[in-house]
Amino acid sequence: MYLYDEIDQRLVDERVAQFRGQTRRFLAGELSEDNYRPLRLQNGLYIQRFAPMLRVAIPYGLLSSRQLRALAHIARKWDRGYGHFSTRQNIQYNWPKLEDVPEILAHLASVQMHAIQTSGNCIRNTTSDHFAGIAPDEIVDPLLWCELIRQWSTFHPEFAFLPRKFKIAVSGAEQDRAAIQVHDIGLQAVRGANGEVGFRVLVGGGLGRTPIIGTVIREFLPWPHLLTYLDAILRVYNRFGRRDNKYKARIKILVKELTPEEFRKQVDAEWVHLKDGPAKLTAAEVSRIDARFTRPQYQQLDALSVQYTQALARERGFASWAGRNVHPHKVPGYAAVTLSLKKTGVPPGDATADQMDAVADLADRYSFGELRVSHEQNLVLSDVRQSDLHALWLEAKLLGLATPNIGLITNIIACPGGDFCSLANAKSIPVAEAIQRRFDDLDYQHDIGELDLNISGCMNSCGHHHVGHIGILGVDKQGAEFYQISIGGAQGNAASLGKVIGPSFAQDEVPDVIEKLIETYLEHRDSESEKFIDVVRRIGVTPFKEHVYGYPDQKRENGKRQLAAA
Amino acid sequence: MATLIKNAKMANDSWLRLDWTADGSLPTVPATGDVLVPLRLWRGLADELLSRTTGKLGLWLESDEDPVLIADSLDAFSVIAVDFPQFTDGRGYSTARLLRERYGWKGELRAIGDIQRDQLYYLSRCGFDSFLLNDGLDVQEALTAFNDFSESYQTSVDQPVPLFRRREKEAA
Repeated sequence: MYLYDEIDQRLVDERVAQFRGQTRRFLAGELSEDNYRPLRLQNGLYIQRFAPMLRVAIPYGLLSSRQLRALAHIARKWDRGYGHFSTRQNIQYNWPKLEDVPEILAHLASVQMHAIQTSGNCIRNTTSDHFAGIAPDEIVDPLLWCELIRQWSTFHPEFAFLPRKFKIAVSGAEQDRAAIQVHDIGLQAVRGANGEVGFRVLVGGGLGRTPIIGTVIREFLPWPHLLTYLDAILRVYNRFGRRDNKYKARIKILVKELTPEEFRKQVDAEWVHLKDGPAKLTAAEVSRIDARFTRPQYQQLDALSVQYTQALARERGFASWAGRNVHPHKVPGYAAVTLSLKKTGVPPGDATADQMDAVADLADRYSFGELRVSHEQNLVLSDVRQSDLHALWLEAKLLGLATPNIGLITNIIACPGGDFCSLANAKSIPVAEAIQRRFDDLDYQHDIGELDLNISGCMNSCGHHHVGHIGILGVDKQGAEFYQISIGGAQGNAASLGKVIGPSFAQDEVPDVIEKLIETYLEHRDSESEKFIDVVRRIGVTPFKEHVYGYPDQKRENGKRQLAAA
Repeated sequence: MATLIKNAKMANDSWLRLDWTADGSLPTVPATGDVLVPLRLWRGLADELLSRTTGKLGLWLESDEDPVLIADSLDAFSVIAVDFPQFTDGRGYSTARLLRERYGWKGELRAIGDIQRDQLYYLSRCGFDSFLLNDGLDVQEALTAFNDFSESYQTSVDQPVPLFRRREKEAA
């Protein structure tokens, strides 16, 4: 965990006081709704379908057990006893009262948390790999760089009113688990010839209405220049990003309209003036931030615990959970564990206050009091001894957090959708549940193998449907809720955007359509090791489409029948 | 009347802001008094404006006008103002930093347009030192905005040395 120093704490406290004043003025009628809106958004507060929604930042997904207990307390005291973990590693509360929000923020500040810049047209919470610092394939630990970016972006005076929201993601591993190719800025931490840290810089990626994979504008940015280069990118965007049309206001449109080459030139022209200025980072600052992170005191253990391997051999249920929800760790004898928030019947990413408290206890007993929120909306205990895995599994099962479905079809990523969100065209949660019920059989799920299924209730794409192997998008068809299905999207190193298979479907048709897609895959795969996404890439969309909508000759038959009936 | 705040205090405003008339024609420049003119007027009528004998000359920029366009003629002005058509249009923050940090403007830098209490802190950090505050706001309350935060991480006009370098100096 990064531990605040006196100044970090003071700034968060001052923010609470500032927002208290803004809310007081709003409630007293001194601040109009239009003028209050951008201010409350920069504190994570939306006005939603039924009540305000408060989005709390979990910077780069890192959370202590004490903080998780505070989140549980907030859920109990000011909400309806639960919270929703989002695809941006944040937590959202759906039922707070507007007048209570300053008090909630004060409670968050007491555990070094906040809701600063979790919404609005500003630099948002920086996201990262949920295995940051522990992944065996890690090249650079991204956490300290994320914290540097958090500090730099917090109350940045020049960039509080950008053309549109701005999201930065950082990965430091060989496998990208932070979706850096679909962020406004994606940073891939790498090492130079002499082991020095630098960043490959991508810009202009994004989902939403115009999904685009980001472009590399700098192959190796030496670490001292990280913040000045970010300043240069943001300044070009702030000055020249479109403000006439909110759908064209993201940086991806500017990069596209200028061309990445021209955008890069403009950034470089700006950067020349900034790069050796006072904002250039120093080794002293990097080590100061590094030293403020607490690190687990690992024991010296064997690479493979005998107890663990025996339990795997003994219990099939445990082995199946371990196969999906236990992940390798860079320290011998340790593992990371995903606690699935994707149990059938529970909205994806939701956790009750009691579950949060219980997970905090698990983190204390099994994982050095620390955990992560993944952008796949699950919780991760990052530092568990292999010899404890069996005991942890038994406890997680009792809490309903041991569904062995990580990477499988029922690990659905979904936004809150039309049940809560006022932007949504359609509901997400019932669709997720219907699909989970259809594929509830674990053997079948395991047979289907790795598959990312993502649901967004509207084009804002909070459920990242563009990068789901199967993506489901809620659309509005003359006032009715319909769902457009795409396949072939992917996150990670080989990120790609899904292709729409055809006309959209009514809600109750969706599980059948998904089933048909799966049937097509199972029929065409050359072996169990060929994943759904591999088959889509090999054979294209057409066979899937034909199985879903009917083969051309069947369609002709249908047409004839309809003509005959007419 | 909008209220002028200058150096974090209420102040009298002697400046008349000239704008294009509704039909797009040039505004008439009064013979006397301090006038704040739009960029296009300056570019068209610089000689005439400079030949006025009474009254000072100021210039205001639209939110999309590049400050480089006046970088060579800063000496001609007593005030430079930047317009915020809506307070959510944040281009003026970059304009201000460029004027101060790149082009070396040392004189009064004024924020005009839709200026509210809750922008004052960021505006002042970016180099504005005067603000034409919207009508109907509690001016005394607005003045407290300059103290919303007692510290800041980044480099900026009011504090060019970022927090981390100041910490290092303290530690040394």
